[in-house]
Parts: sequence; C-alpha cells; structure tokens
Amino acid sequence: MSNEGAIRGTRRDIASFFFTGLTGLCTAIITLILLIIVGNIVYHGWGRFTLGFLTRGTEHGMFDLDKAGIFPMIFGTAARVLVMTMFVVPIGVITAIYMTEYAHRSSRLVRLLRGAINNLAGVPSIVFGLFGVGFFINFVGGQMDLALNAKGSEPIWGKPAIIWASLTLAVMTLPVVIVATEEALKAIPAGLREASLALGATKLETIIKIVFPQALPGILTGGILAISRATGEVAPILFTGAAYYMASLPKSLSDQFMDLGYHVYILSTQAQNVDETRPLLYATVLALLALTFALNIVAIFVRARMRAQMRALH
Amino acid sequence: MRDEPQTAAAMKSTHSPGVGWMGVRRGHKARPLEWIVEKLILLTALSAILMILLIFFFVTREAWPVFTGNVNSAAAVEQMTMEEMQKLSPAQLQKYLELSDEEFRGMDQETIKLLMEVKLEAMAEAKAHSENPDAKINTASWRYLLQPYQWQGYEKPEHIWQPVGNIHKYNIIPLLIGSLKVSFIALAASVPMALAAAIYISQLAPGRVREVVKPMIELMAGIPSVVLGFFALIVMAGFLQKIFGYPTRLNALLAGLALSLAVIPIIFSIAEDALTSVPRSYTQGALALGASKWQAAWQIVLPAALPGVFAAVVLGFGRAIGETMIVLMTSTASVMSWSIFESARPITATIAAEMAETVFGGHHYRVLFMLGALLFAFTFLLNLIGDLIIHRLKGRLEGKA
Repeated sequence: MSNEGAIRGTRRDIASFFFTGLTGLCTAIITLILLIIVGNIVYHGWGRFTLGFLTRGTEHGMFDLDKAGIFPMIFGTAARVLVMTMFVVPIGVITAIYMTEYAHRSSRLVRLLRGAINNLAGVPSIVFGLFGVGFFINFVGGQMDLALNAKGSEPIWGKPAIIWASLTLAVMTLPVVIVATEEALKAIPAGLREASLALGATKLETIIKIVFPQALPGILTGGILAISRATGEVAPILFTGAAYYMASLPKSLSDQFMDLGYHVYILSTQAQNVDETRPLLYATVLALLALTFALNIVAIFVRARMRAQMRALH
Repeated sequence: MRDEPQTAAAMKSTHSPGVGWMGVRRGHKARPLEWIVEKLILLTALSAILMILLIFFFVTREAWPVFTGNVNSAAAVEQMTMEEMQKLSPAQLQKYLELSDEEFRGMDQETIKLLMEVKLEAMAEAKAHSENPDAKINTASWRYLLQPYQWQGYEKPEHIWQPVGNIHKYNIIPLLIGSLKVSFIALAASVPMALAAAIYISQLAPGRVREVVKPMIELMAGIPSVVLGFFALIVMAGFLQKIFGYPTRLNALLAGLALSLAVIPIIFSIAEDALTSVPRSYTQGALALGASKWQAAWQIVLPAALPGVFAAVVLGFGRAIGETMIVLMTSTASVMSWSIFESARPITATIAAEMAETVFGGHHYRVLFMLGALLFAFTFLLNLIGDLIIHRLKGRLEGKA
C-alpha cells in the first residue's frame, strides 16, 4: 500500500514538475516575444533616432533618408491627444463619481451604465472611425457648416479635422478613464467619507474636498492610460482627420494633421522602395513605441504606488 | 470595495423618508446648488449610454439604404434627357442625382443644374459600357451581397468582392471568411499560450517572477497595433516565408500570428483576473489535503474560474475580429478560400483600405458602412456574452467566499 502511495506521489510530483515547467515555458515565450519586438525596433531604429530627426519637418521629402523628419507628426499626434484629453477626462471622471458616489451600486441605471462602458471598450476601432465620419463630420460638422457658413461655400467643419479625430478618440477612451477613476474612488475608505459627512459637510463638499484629492493619482493613471492608448491608435483617425502629407503645421481645430502612427503605416506600405526607407521607418516606429511605453510605464508606476498607499490606509 | 454597499445603503436610508417628486428630497430643497450639481453629474454619466446609442444610430443610418435595398449600384440606369430631368419632382430629382436630404437642401438652383449636367455626362459614359448585361445589375442588393453569381467572363458562379471598375462586385462572403480565418488562426495561437501563462502567473509563479512578468505583459497590451502590423510586415513576413516556403508572402497565417500578439495580452489579463479572483481558501484547502500546487491549480482553481477563462476567449475573439491596422498591413487581395497560406482580407481591413476612395453617400460608401454595422453588432454580442459570464462568475465566487 505504502509503495503504491509512494509511486502515486512520485507520479504526482513528475506531473506537477512537468506542467509547471510547461506553463512557465509559455510565459517565458510570451515575454521573449515582447523582448524580441522591442529589441528589434530599438536595435534598428537607434541609429537614426537623433534630435535632428525628431525636430525636422518633411519639407524636403517624406521618404528622404537624410532630410526627412517627424516633427509635424509628433506635433499632430500631441495636438489630437491633448484636445481629446480635455474632453474625455472631465466626462470620464464625473461618470465614475456618479457611479461610485451617487448611484446605488446595484441600481438598474448603474448596471446599464456598466454594460454600456464595457461594450464601448469592446467596439472595434474602425467602427469608431466610421462613427466619426457618420456623426461628427457628416452630422455635427455638416450642421455647423449649414449654420455658420454662407451657402455653397467650401465646408469648414464638415470634413476631416483635428477636432473630429480628437472627439472620436475621446469616445473610444472614455471607458479607460471611467474604469481607472472608479477603481481609485472605490479604494478610498468609507470612513473618510463618513467622517466628513459627520462633521456636517454636504455630499458635494465631501466629494470635492475629501474624495477627489484622494482619487487624484487614480484619475491621473486613467488619463495617462487614455493618452497612451490614443497615441498609438490609427484606425479611428484614418478618415476623421489624419492627412497623408501637409505642407505646414495645422493652425486651427478645423485643419487636418499628420500623425505619427499613420506615418508608420504610410512608410511601411506606401513607400516606393521599402528596403531603402527602412531605417527611417524603424526610427519612426521607435519614436512611437517610446512615447506609448513611457506613458504606460508612468501609469503602471503611479498605479502601483497608489495601491500601496491605499493598502496602508485600510 | 467591500465597504461600499453598507455605506451606500446607510446613506440611502438617511435620505429615504423624504423622497419626493423626481427625487427632489427635503434635504436637497434646502441646498438647491447640490441638487443641480447632482442632476448635472447624472446627465454627464448618461453620456456613456448615449455614446453607444449614437454609434449604433449613426453607423446604421449611413448603412440603412443597403439594409432596406434602396441603394442602386447598377452602372447602366435608364437615361433621362435634361428636359425629362427638369420635369421631375424635387424628391425624384434628389433620388436620381443620388443626394442625401441635407445635401439637397443645402444646394441652390445653380448647383443642382450643374449636377444635372454632370449626371448627363456620366450617363452618356455609362451607356458606352451598357453592352455588358451585368451593368444593369444592382450589385448592392442582398442577392448579390450574399449569393454567388456568374459574372461575365467567369466560368462558374463565384463570390467576389471587387469594388472597382465599371461593375462594383460587393459579395461580402469572402470578407466574412477572411475575418473568421484570420481570427481563428490568432485564437489557435494565442489561447493555449495566454491561458498557460495566466495559470502560471496567478497560481504557480514565485512572487518575484509575477511582479516582473505581469507588468511586462500589460506593457505588451500597450504596443500600438500599427507597430505590430509593421513588425509583422517587415520582420515576421520574411521569417515565416523562409520556414514554410509558401508563395504568397502576405497571407492569413502571417496576419493571424501577428494578430495573436495583440490578442495574447487581452486573454492573459482577463483569464489571470478570473483565476486570481478564486478565493485563496480553495487552494489552501487543496494544499492541506496533500495536493501539489499544480494539482490545486488544475483541478480546483481552474474549474472554479472556468467561466471567466471562457469569457477571456470570447473577448479575445472580439478583439481579434475587430482589430484593424494589423490585418490591414498584412493582407492584400480578398480571396474566397479557407487555406491559411492564401491571402485573407478581413472586414476591418476592407473598410480601412477602401473608405477613403469612396464617394460620399455612394453605394460603395454605404456597403462599407453596412459592413461596419455588422461588425459592431457582432462584437457587441460577443462583449455582452463575455461580460455576462464574468459578472455571474464574480457574483458566484464572492457569494461562496
């Protein structure tokens, strides 16, 4: 009997060892893939990743190895992301405040809201692009042109523009901000709110003076994650604002813009000779990847610190 | 998180006696500002729901004529002379000139006259091609969107998506197959890997490994899809071709594998979350009874979290079928074939590649919006299923814990 038990024990140990190793191997492979992607891009992109490259424009040709720069693309991407942030952060934060501070947690409205937010997060990015065309450009922009401009003149708002790309991205990143803010709000001990209310503060005062400052790191995380997600997205801006080439930087919200991610797409698929422009392509990809990774790492860091602080508070 | 229900309940109970018309409570009457701000906050919160409804409405609105069969893409239409056109009622004229309500209203007589002349010229040009009997076919009607048809010069009825030239062929079946083919390859590659990693990280890995690897996979989710598309095109394409030696460089296998790079982090995080949410006491109980860590993970934790793992796969599928840039950069022609070594042109790539060339409000534009509406409906359904499963699982595990 004991012998059989021992054999079963050994078999158990072998199986455990084997499967632990197998799952560990899968984890290692995934990590390795990530390292290969990043390593490949850094290795090939580093040589051309110079200050001149980052600050030059495209006036001497987009595909010219020595004269092409990506400043207009960085500018365009920064502009559209900044405008997006101004819309998405306030709306996302207020929505999260409603869901955690005002609404009853299991009310039908909150369930409906949660369903809407989850679904919004899962809508394919190209559908956001179509939505941007159908709603922002054709409907909102078209109506604005009808109201503001002389009949028959060139459309000013009813065409692709920074503002429409930004708003489309704002709709897309709304769930990111809401979920991050909600997490931060839920982590605040109820005792803090109760103490404030017990001292005679109204609910609004409690939210503004007690809850909001505590949730600030979480809100920051949400904002950064939204920015990082939006920075790399190309599909939603394909028809809502990104331009293949522009002679000058955009001057108003109704202008089109050149975009870093879209430029990567152009360089990879539209260049006459991909082999020749490859160093340029790699450097552009490195710029985009560095930007999104930097944002992501900051977000991960802020969130980790926030969680540690919250654990200390509880 | 666990403190929340009691607090909310406590707050509710202090207010409940004075609930009156439209939620105006006695306490709030004394503080009108609070009441106004609360209602403003509620209104803002509703914007998330509003957005979903707007997306649904405006994408379907542009596609609606296709659904109802009111789009005519026939190259040869009965011709009208200028006099005949002038006799038409405004509504008929608008339809004949293929204008939307807004456009038509926004135009003055001059512009309309100009458009009529343009139409006349276009008609004359189309007449030259009308010897081809296919030119009379409305290719954007459901019969031609779904069923095979033997076009001029073809040997047998075929499903063809070819929206160029004189006769735009809009059969959507090759695109559906393209989407499914690429997504299935992506899932086949990513599900085993991502789930194994999720089990390892949540149950078996030493703490330090978890602390390093988890953020790394989170970071992987942050790689822009255009960068993954670039990597697939520049690095993976040549590499895979060398291994398998197939003739088509950009094919479904490449697109699927590239897609799996985007899907792995999604499936991993959702599955890892589900596995971690299984109460610690399950594992401890199993370990106390003499099970190994692997046995506890495989026989106790995994079955308990199985719905969540399933949801991870469903949501991963939703991501795969909706991903655009990766498949746009790794696909070429739309071919009606299930072979993984042939090119595949998924729905998303088709919309992205062709939208810019379409005439606003034209049949190509409408058919692409129809594809977008289908995609939206499908991913909506997948998300709904995935979230429902996760919601139930969380409820069950929290109830048991």
